[in-house]
Amino acid sequence: MSMILLIEQLLNGLQSGLMLFLMAAGLTLVFGVMGLINLAHGSLYMVGAFACAGVAAATGSFWLGLAASIAAAAAAGAIVEVAVIRRLYRRDHLDQVLATFALILIFSEGTRWLYGSFPLYLNVPEALSGSVTLPGGIRYSLFRLAIIGAGLAVAVGLFLLIGKTRIGVQVRAGEADREMIAALGVDIRRLYTLVFALGAALAGMAGALVGTIQSVQVGMGEPVLILAFVVIVIGGIGSIKGALIGALLVGLTDTMGRVLLPSVFELFMETSAATSVGAALASMAIYILMALVLIVKPGGLFGARA
Amino acid sequence: MTGPKTGIHRETRMTRFLTTTALALSMMGTAAMAEPVKVGMITTLSGGGASLGIDTRDGFMLAVEEAGNPELEVVIEDDQRKPEVAVQLSDELIQSEEVDILTGIVWSNLAMAVVPGAVRQGKFYLSTNAAPSQLAGKGCHENYFSVSYQNDNLHEAAGQYATDEGYGSMFIMAPNYPAGQDSLSGFKRFYEGEVASEVYTQLGQTDYAAEIAQIRDSDADALFFFLPGGMGISFMKQWAEAGIDMPVVGPAFSFSQDILPAIGEAAVGVKNTAQWSKDIDNEANAAFVAAFEEKYDRLPSLYAAQGYDTARLILSAMEKAEVSDADAFREAIRAAEFDSLRGKFSFGPNQHPVQDIYVREVISEDGTLTNKIAATAMTDRGDAYAEECKM
Amino acid sequence: MSAAEVTAVPEGRGGRMNRAQIVNAALALGLLGFGLVAWAMGETFLVTLATKVAILAIAGAGLNLVLGFGGLVSFGHAAYFGLGGYSAGILAHHALNYTPMFEWPFLFEGTTSMPVIWITAMVIGALAAALIGALSLRTTGVYFIMITLAFGQMIFYFAISWPAYGGEDGLPIYVRNGFPGLNTLDPVQFFGLTCAVLFAVLGLIAMLAHSRFGLALQAARQNRQRLMAVGIRPGGVLLVAFVISGAITALAGALYADLNRFVSPSMLSWHLSGELLVFLILGGTGRLFAPLAGAGLYITLEHLLGGVSDHWQFFFGLLLLGVVLFARGGVIGFLAGGKRHG
Repeated sequence: MSMILLIEQLLNGLQSGLMLFLMAAGLTLVFGVMGLINLAHGSLYMVGAFACAGVAAATGSFWLGLAASIAAAAAAGAIVEVAVIRRLYRRDHLDQVLATFALILIFSEGTRWLYGSFPLYLNVPEALSGSVTLPGGIRYSLFRLAIIGAGLAVAVGLFLLIGKTRIGVQVRAGEADREMIAALGVDIRRLYTLVFALGAALAGMAGALVGTIQSVQVGMGEPVLILAFVVIVIGGIGSIKGALIGALLVGLTDTMGRVLLPSVFELFMETSAATSVGAALASMAIYILMALVLIVKPGGLFGARA
Repeated sequence: MTGPKTGIHRETRMTRFLTTTALALSMMGTAAMAEPVKVGMITTLSGGGASLGIDTRDGFMLAVEEAGNPELEVVIEDDQRKPEVAVQLSDELIQSEEVDILTGIVWSNLAMAVVPGAVRQGKFYLSTNAAPSQLAGKGCHENYFSVSYQNDNLHEAAGQYATDEGYGSMFIMAPNYPAGQDSLSGFKRFYEGEVASEVYTQLGQTDYAAEIAQIRDSDADALFFFLPGGMGISFMKQWAEAGIDMPVVGPAFSFSQDILPAIGEAAVGVKNTAQWSKDIDNEANAAFVAAFEEKYDRLPSLYAAQGYDTARLILSAMEKAEVSDADAFREAIRAAEFDSLRGKFSFGPNQHPVQDIYVREVISEDGTLTNKIAATAMTDRGDAYAEECKM
Repeated sequence: MSAAEVTAVPEGRGGRMNRAQIVNAALALGLLGFGLVAWAMGETFLVTLATKVAILAIAGAGLNLVLGFGGLVSFGHAAYFGLGGYSAGILAHHALNYTPMFEWPFLFEGTTSMPVIWITAMVIGALAAALIGALSLRTTGVYFIMITLAFGQMIFYFAISWPAYGGEDGLPIYVRNGFPGLNTLDPVQFFGLTCAVLFAVLGLIAMLAHSRFGLALQAARQNRQRLMAVGIRPGGVLLVAFVISGAITALAGALYADLNRFVSPSMLSWHLSGELLVFLILGGTGRLFAPLAGAGLYITLEHLLGGVSDHWQFFFGLLLLGVVLFARGGVIGFLAGGKRHG
């Protein structure tokens, strides 16, 4: 494999990792601050994608669609938090799993009811379509570069938000000791709704960006949800830094596994069998990675607590 | 939405369940009435892939309503694309509804779960879509008919087309599951050039950046891919973004009318193989396309056409034989004397179609994306497994 | 994680039945009664449906042993369910094709005898659970949930892409396997057999719960330190429970394969692991009969709602949500009352 191709594949891994990070960041924040397992996080991703496709189709502007996706997902998140999630904080994880599983059914079927069963059209905006030549002669999709940029910007923004602002202090205090921040006079209910809506907005944004280059259809959130869980568990639940490292690890392992494993097997098998076995192993690669990490570090790479 | 007959059926399902529950407390008994020809349709109406099942059902029911034959009753059930649900529905349709004919399954793995059991219980199964090789060869059965194709056909036609076009080397790609492996072997069966690279993707994969980079890096003349449903939408959008100047060929599944609007302009110009197209020039087809658009306000897809043909085949057999006389009814189906949307249609020895397979090109027609026939890839094509079938 | 406080130990021993016991008896009789009445009325499909409930209840009972009593939330029990299913499918496949499974180091042929298949399925389920359990039990809480999911997904993807036994297409069993003295093709006989297995499994779990082992298991959930203080390694107790649990769920998988006369990777999917969890929560975590109550309610709702609307999953979701928010402690907790939950 040529060097250029290898670098291009690394960029692909980076790009898919950063989108996973957008999903995982909300999930890990909600778990870290509120102690809640939210299976419905993937539904918010879907809401973002559908809102973007719907608004982009109605107005003809991708950018309005993107803004709508963030707004719609944040609003959906806030509503769900106030109506349902709020009642679950004191329950055990099992009740949370069942309730948020029920939310998946409601969101998926509700979306299908509104939009029908056929996949929606959503495409890359004119300004970002096509590909560019990077230094070194690598041709790369402009939109994917933009996704990388957006992912990095959100990551930096989140670290600043958590590390430097008042809200960040409250969030960190909430992770450490819930009674403590109540005693400090922080309105916990508002903080929780805010954190949940923030996580939802990030998921919605990821849904819109990824939906643009993939397909916008009901059920698109579920595979991503599982991957996002894998990410936060590898990184250590509650840790934003862990989510970032975990997301990049998963993105790179998945991409490079798909590319490299078949050629590795080709060294000692005939081509047809090698591609099949290599592909099979590649689809298991991230789960193997996760199991290995947990066997060595049962609390994830940067886990604060179990 | 599903027609009046389903509505009636649904009431009976609820009533039946409640009666049984009530009777667990007190004892009573009722008798069921015998019915003329009862068709049980198992197809995917919810969750991922529902658009294919909905088109199958709508095409089928259009033919049923047009015929207005009171002797034909249809019961429609949703398999949620889960094989175990499909098996349980087939049990329900055979045991409770006492249907004579089963049909409608979209996916091969669901067909493999249902068909062998159903035909062994003496029921007819007419496939509107899935036709896995196991059921065409050694596992063929006198009560099993495929009205669509044999699964390999469209891939074979793509291979033939690539040969005809003189592509010297091809990059070929499919998901890593049995239908994907069959796809690549079907393609290679008729492709005479050199396979530059063979790649298996993950089932349900949505990001193809890594594969597209490999394609760009290869020096293949053209690309063949089989990625049904959402996988195909994702791939084509990303392919268009990458701006690689390479001809693309594939089976119709990624360019069918149900998903073309979601792919958008990126699909224009792509060649895809199918045994049906909305511009096949015959009276039945023109009437079907117009009626479908009139009734459902969208263009029919390949699945809708297959559903329609299946219903018409059943109706034609009902004209000639009673379903209670299984041998006569089987003969009537085998004769296939109906106006197929494909113009000509007949069954081969393993009761799979012998038909022409076309190369279609995606075009934009008054702002709507659709397909038009560009060439005929294969004439009177049967399938590769007929010889293994001992019937 | 604060797991359920309620245990399967009956509150009033001897003498009159308490409310929980009455509910349990009603559930058992309800299942049997429904199946038999459906059979008497000639509603064969409803007998099949009742059989499905019984089988899923067995699978749930396996999970309940580690979750309800041991407090371990396994999100990967589909792995054992599917392995059990594939044991049945592969053995029958070889028997029907007259090809031996392997000839070395000893000749091993396929079989269509249910008892042999069940034992094989349970051994395979137990071995897989021993391996997965030994690695997974190093973690706790949410990490345990996710590592069990990871192992489940590995097996799932393996099954999809391994072509020998059908891959994603699955493997049909053309004729249901046999049980000495019974005609298993007769739906009501198969239903009876399944119910017998279900009650045997529930009996076994009740016995385990009362034994020294069961007490140690519940102690391991509530307070690991105290258990260590009396010289019992909680890890060992939990691992043994995990292995028994895997074997029971694999047995259910073998029955499920015979019910459908078909196995496919969907038996291994995370959806199925999730459904098993939902059964227990619906039924009332930690209650002996929770899996039966939960599976019964779930299948009934799915069956009835599916007949009402194409969008039944929407209403099903609302119903589930209502149960979690307002009927705490699941169906049995709601009906039987008892100690407070969570």
